[in-house]
Amino acid sequence: MIELRNVHKRFGSQVVLNGVDFNVREGETVALLGPSGTGKSVLLKHIIGLIRPDEGIVIVDGEEVGKLKRRELASMRSHIGYVFQNGALFDSMDVFENVRLGITDEDKYRDEPYCRGRVTECLKLVNLAPETMHKFPAELSGGMRKRVGIARAIAGSPKYLLYDEPTSGLDPVNADVIDSLVKRLDNELGVTSVMVTHDVRGAFRVADRLALLTGGQIVQQGTQEEFLASKNPKVQEFLERDFPDATFAA
Amino acid sequence: MAAGILTIPRFVGRWTLDAASQVGRVSFLVADIIRSLSEVRVWFPRMMTEAWNIGVGSLFIVLLISGFAGAVTALQAQYQFTGTIPIYYLAGVIVVSIVLELGPVLTALVLAGRIGARYAAELGTMRVTEQIDALESLGRSPGSHLIVPRVVAGLIMIPALTVLADGMGILSGWFSMKLVLPITDADFAYGARYFWRPFNAPYSVIKAFFFAGAITVISCYMGFNTKQGAEGVGRSTTGAVVSSSVLILLLDVVLAKLLLKQ
Repeated sequence: MIELRNVHKRFGSQVVLNGVDFNVREGETVALLGPSGTGKSVLLKHIIGLIRPDEGIVIVDGEEVGKLKRRELASMRSHIGYVFQNGALFDSMDVFENVRLGITDEDKYRDEPYCRGRVTECLKLVNLAPETMHKFPAELSGGMRKRVGIARAIAGSPKYLLYDEPTSGLDPVNADVIDSLVKRLDNELGVTSVMVTHDVRGAFRVADRLALLTGGQIVQQGTQEEFLASKNPKVQEFLERDFPDATFAA
Repeated sequence: MAAGILTIPRFVGRWTLDAASQVGRVSFLVADIIRSLSEVRVWFPRMMTEAWNIGVGSLFIVLLISGFAGAVTALQAQYQFTGTIPIYYLAGVIVVSIVLELGPVLTALVLAGRIGARYAAELGTMRVTEQIDALESLGRSPGSHLIVPRVVAGLIMIPALTVLADGMGILSGWFSMKLVLPITDADFAYGARYFWRPFNAPYSVIKAFFFAGAITVISCYMGFNTKQGAEGVGRSTTGAVVSSSVLILLLDVVLAKLLLKQ
């Protein structure tokens, strides 16, 4: 289980998170919605300990992330797959080496035949041909890069998957492909997922539960039905463009 | 007027705080490097690749510059001292000035531009494109994957390149002298030996080792702490070259004072 309690974060004078309470239960997929620049990615980075809160705590599987020592933090991270917004692939390495780095068990990482098999398997899971493994990130399209990023994130068989805007910058067809992939991976791998997005339709397609972050706070958390029935004007404003026919409870 | 007077202490205060913060962060980086040294099987293969890149990639430019430095030293020594001191003295001047000063310092300054800029730009780009975050998110230490291989490769290869630069500088000085002065090989060897002290060679390598530390640690630090996209990468790269060059010159003075004693 992932839990954020009263998390505050500011960069200089800019307050990004202002008392965020957020939780993700085992096995569910939660979409974290919000306008651009509201701190969704910052919140996601708190979960994996890439950013530390100024105030408040982040708990993953009962452990407070801020109190973990170097090795403990590395061990916790090995159970979490993180899909970066722009892939964040290592551009000096080919796809094979990129995905291989996701194999977090050091003994398995050293086992070349195991790595070949595992990388092929992960590439297949994200609908990429095994031949892709010889290409470099610069030779891949935006959609392929995102899928390689997902393959790297799942290579270590993580318990949690964190997606940072997996469909941003993609055309609607490729965005749908990524959404279906996320849904399929959640079902096939049985992972717990958090997906940061401002694509409302994609979030409704993939998530069991949704949360809206705006103004540095989570203003609504709940199921799709609860979201559609929300009286919160911020929720209504956010959903209106994608669900113009929705009858919000007035 | 009062505001103008207050500006100077405020500037000094900010500069002091900024400098203290930079020193603190460099110390954390050094601590991380030391801690990551235990992960030999992670950094060793990467270090070999980096060492090969530094060594082979820099060999030509290092030999070229030290060759010219040796030749120019010989020609200027001939211009300055002919007729005033015995010719074989010039061999001593050339060999000692190359081994003690020109070899290590010129090599370090060239490599600060070549390796320092490369390290800062590579790590800076990795930082702004979230590749370093990605590495951390995979539970892997940027220290053992990125920093230690670069620092150790530099600590090995920069002194090695300095030894080659010393050799090249002496050879080129020797041939240049033979071209412009009636000096025999035996005279040159006699003059070189006459002024030679056993500590000269280790001193050259010790200096190169310290310069290597300055170049690699500063450039890795600058690259690792890059902010604000492409502009930030440019700033880190120039910052790495300027800072490591200044530190090289500073270390040159300090090491001469500390290590060269009668």
